[in-house]
Amino acid sequence: MRAAPTLAEGFPDLSQMQIAREIHWRRWLAAAAIVVVLAAIARAFANGQIEWSYVSRFLTAKVILQGIVNTMVMAVLAMALGIVLGAVAAIMRLSPNPVLKSVAAGYTWLFRGTPLILQLLLWFNLALVFPTIGIPGLWTARAVDVMTPFLAALLGLGINQGAYTSEVMRAGMLSVDAGQYEAAQAIGLGRLRALRRIILPQAMRVVIPPLGNEFIGMVKATSLASVIQYPEVLHNAENIYYANSRVIELLIVAGCWYLLVVSILTPLQMLLERHFARGTARINR
Amino acid sequence: MTKPLVAIRSVSKAFGEFQALRNVSLDVWPGEVLCLIGASGSGKTTLLRCINQLTVIDSGGIWLDGEMLGVREEGGKLRRLTDRQIARQRLKTGMVFQRFNLFPHKTALENITEGPVQVQGRNPGEVRAEAIELLRRVGLATKADSYPSQLSGGQQQRVAIARALAMKPMLMLFDEPTSALDPELVGEVLAVMKELAQSGMTMMVVTHELGFAREVADRVVYMDHGAIVESGRAADVLGAPREARTRAFLAAVI
Repeated sequence: MRAAPTLAEGFPDLSQMQIAREIHWRRWLAAAAIVVVLAAIARAFANGQIEWSYVSRFLTAKVILQGIVNTMVMAVLAMALGIVLGAVAAIMRLSPNPVLKSVAAGYTWLFRGTPLILQLLLWFNLALVFPTIGIPGLWTARAVDVMTPFLAALLGLGINQGAYTSEVMRAGMLSVDAGQYEAAQAIGLGRLRALRRIILPQAMRVVIPPLGNEFIGMVKATSLASVIQYPEVLHNAENIYYANSRVIELLIVAGCWYLLVVSILTPLQMLLERHFARGTARINR
Repeated sequence: MTKPLVAIRSVSKAFGEFQALRNVSLDVWPGEVLCLIGASGSGKTTLLRCINQLTVIDSGGIWLDGEMLGVREEGGKLRRLTDRQIARQRLKTGMVFQRFNLFPHKTALENITEGPVQVQGRNPGEVRAEAIELLRRVGLATKADSYPSQLSGGQQQRVAIARALAMKPMLMLFDEPTSALDPELVGEVLAVMKELAQSGMTMMVVTHELGFAREVADRVVYMDHGAIVESGRAADVLGAPREARTRAFLAAVI
């Protein structure tokens, strides 16, 4: 080895040269193949037994619009019920009290272990088990009058959702560093207040992406309530095609509405995520 | 005659097979700055955590300001206090953690005001003014609205000290407050602690900073294997230790 006062020869100056642009011919080929396949599918549908005029006519029909409103009302209410039940069950599951723990575990076990459609049918047919319901001496009513399709769908979807959400919430709470519980205790916050003010806000950041997922699932799961006569969009579409036999056209109408609603939900989720990312945003961004 | 602020009597604690504290007894007097030193696993952090009841002792007793911690005597038996009563007892101590444990979703100011407003139910405007004064005291007056992620480790730890002070504790507990810091940030935290010691605060400090112990501590306690081996004036324990184990530890760390 020698000390080098000057740089060694034989390494040309590259500073004026540019890197040539590559032609990704395989990508172009794949894209072309996909376009051909899509065109074939589109042509098949265009020439198939589909009356597209029916699709456009019923897309904004009053019954369909009322159906999508009912779908959204049910999805939002059932999800709200699911989040409340899920949060309560998750807090119970993480409590030191063995009674609360087993109640929460039993709830998750029962409602996650049976099909949603079965639960909906059970709620709707509750009158077969209990002809009258109420608080003895205060208020009684016939179960058939109380258990409307709306209430049966809300209870069925919401309670089932709570069983799934409890696991999402529990995962979120476990993701918060144990030092946060200790710091909260050290300044004298009680268990529940520490959960509400310190742990849950931090857990939300982790919980929102899977909850958004669950909500999108819920929007579509409301279609199961069509079997118990709840007038959501699929149920209303079915009623129309029972009358006019345009089955595929009306299924396409319902499908379009589901796609539209889900497409709107994604940016909403991003706004929510940004809110709960307080304090964690990277400085260099 | 004054009474000790903290009286620890025959305290033992095991985590499964591991005996973290063996029959520890110690007094801490009002206004005293006491440094706990020793190898990791010697029980010094556990002892500190027992005083604010993040760890529950197996046997023995701890009195803080004359009040028995965690239990009360009733008909010749000891009964555990409720969570609410324990939370009330915790308010007499302020804790500073090795890894700061600031609330990441709250600003520096909100971290400090959380306890006084939520727990003590004090007037938010008044608490806010005090919090700003505390931030000024730890040299962070301009960082009130910064989130913890925007602060350096040393700044975070100083906010954590201010958060503990905001509860107006009688006793400050420091659990290796500078161990998680880059070397160049240690000084700013020690300076705040030194100022606090000079203001007359009673402090228990678990630390590896022997220079700080020598300069600031009234008393140094050396622990090993869950027991107190030697305790005395800082100059004596650190300068002329009586016990062979203390000498071996000091020789290893210096």
